[in-house]
Amino acid sequence: MGFHYELRFAGVGGQGSLTAGTILAHAAVFHTNYYATQVPTYTSQVRGGAAKADIIISDTPIVFAESTNVDFFLATHQKAYNAYKGDLKEGADVLVDSGLVTVPDEDAKIYKVYEYPLVRTAKYEIGNVVTMNVLAVGICVGLTHVLDVEAVRETVKEEVPERFLDMNLKAFDMGLEVGERFRKEGPTKK
Amino acid sequence: MGRIAFLNANAAVAEAALVAGLGFYAGYPITPSSEVPERLSKIMPEKGLPFMMMEDEIASINACVGAAASGVKAMTCTSGPGFSLKQEALGMACMFEVPLVVVDVMRGGPSTGLPTRPSQQDIMQARWGTHGDHPIIALAPCNAQEAVFETIRAFNLSEKFRQPVVLLTDGSLSHLHTKIYIPDPEEVEIVDRAEPDVDPDNYYPYDYNYEVPPLAKWWTEDGKSYRYHLSSLIHDKTGFPTVNPKYTQWLLERMHNKILNHLDEILKYEYYKMDDAEICIVAFGSTAEAARVAIDQAREEGIKVGMFRPLTIWPSPEEQIKDIASKVKSFIVAELNLGQYKLEIERIVGGKVPVYGVNQAAGVLIRPSQIYEKIKDPAKRVEIGLTEEELKRFGGGE
Repeated sequence: MGFHYELRFAGVGGQGSLTAGTILAHAAVFHTNYYATQVPTYTSQVRGGAAKADIIISDTPIVFAESTNVDFFLATHQKAYNAYKGDLKEGADVLVDSGLVTVPDEDAKIYKVYEYPLVRTAKYEIGNVVTMNVLAVGICVGLTHVLDVEAVRETVKEEVPERFLDMNLKAFDMGLEVGERFRKEGPTKK
Repeated sequence: MGRIAFLNANAAVAEAALVAGLGFYAGYPITPSSEVPERLSKIMPEKGLPFMMMEDEIASINACVGAAASGVKAMTCTSGPGFSLKQEALGMACMFEVPLVVVDVMRGGPSTGLPTRPSQQDIMQARWGTHGDHPIIALAPCNAQEAVFETIRAFNLSEKFRQPVVLLTDGSLSHLHTKIYIPDPEEVEIVDRAEPDVDPDNYYPYDYNYEVPPLAKWWTEDGKSYRYHLSSLIHDKTGFPTVNPKYTQWLLERMHNKILNHLDEILKYEYYKMDDAEICIVAFGSTAEAARVAIDQAREEGIKVGMFRPLTIWPSPEEQIKDIASKVKSFIVAELNLGQYKLEIERIVGGKVPVYGVNQAAGVLIRPSQIYEKIKDPAKRVEIGLTEEELKRFGGGE
């Protein structure tokens, strides 16, 4: 098998995990010559229920789009972390919001856990909590190098509403920097 | 040139319907089908096409039947519980012989069942949900790309045969986003209903001289007004009710024969690794993709297994199944229900070879590993393909 990468973006309804997933999937499909699938899962609660988007990126057509070996996992809520950590690969990169998710010690032995105050940074440093997802996408790309940075940046420009664009590009660049630092320094929770 | 898009099957169906020439949509939102009207409600008004958010499921299909009869291509979309409510009007549409596309995004049943979870439990409802000896065409694509082409085909068949066509997808397909190609109308075959070549005075909506009588538009572009009667009662050539046994028999036989005499145009199916197969898996929709993976895995071990995948579920591909039955040692029908299409395969195979089933009505897709297990040991019951750990995540129980 050639290139095959599975990502899972999980949060609770309303946080925008699905949007973050869409950005990466679109970057893979429209700006990189990859195949991609995206499967959103949510409960009947509109807000507050655990929600996730599974993205598979591959250089060959994806026949049965089930994520069973997740390489990268983003969890922005404890509920989502607990519900969706099941299919992670050993040694998977796990990014969590340090203010909202506590990763059990035993999990940190299996996965590479990176904690970052996503919500706080988005709200107070960037200026709007909605940028949290693009911030996380930036960290994901910086940390994993799963897709070309410019391909993702172009997609952010396409997907984000005009009036939030500058803010989101700032979030993306900040995320990239954080991601690259994580890549160099290794997991924050050992 | 068409365009590349990253869409789920619901959005793909909406886009394809527009390619096929959709001129009227009426519907009532229901999970997991709601992305179809969501997308159409944005696009159709921009194109000056009527999109109607109706008060309920019954009203929406009735609105579509009326629109279709007046001369435009109409579609409505629903899921199991709504499909039940639409059955009476679906039967009326069959009786009127109006072209109409009804999309059923299958979710777990019975009743309101599992709104957000996939199933293939409406196979028999698509065939026999409405009463009486009516013909039906039902199509089941297995991915979003195929949903594009099958939606266009659904419109074409409905126009050509003056026949409601049911498009069956499921709650998993409907949310799985993939890269797809949406063609321009110029790139694909688009069929429009035959129009009468006689004046309004000499026009009969059920003319005895035709297998599929032309369906006049109520107003033509050159200003003619065809006014005729449609009745859900048995009718003669004028469209007015009759109890004449001769016309009654003629009408019902013609309604069936217009389908049965054209199976070569209506049936569509795929043979996957069937050349030397001793075991034939029959699967459609989402389940077929799992079967494909399982077959590849079994083939690596030298097991001679293949798949017959009907894209046209109804009418069923009888000749093809009979032909396979004369060559293989067994059938395995994999479906997200407790054995609906298996009944049909059993009927056609007629006891010649054993027919086994991989049946799951748990609201989760059949996994490749489950079909693989069945290939290895057909007599063994296949359990729900989830670990205890995975089951815990769904909550409930105890």
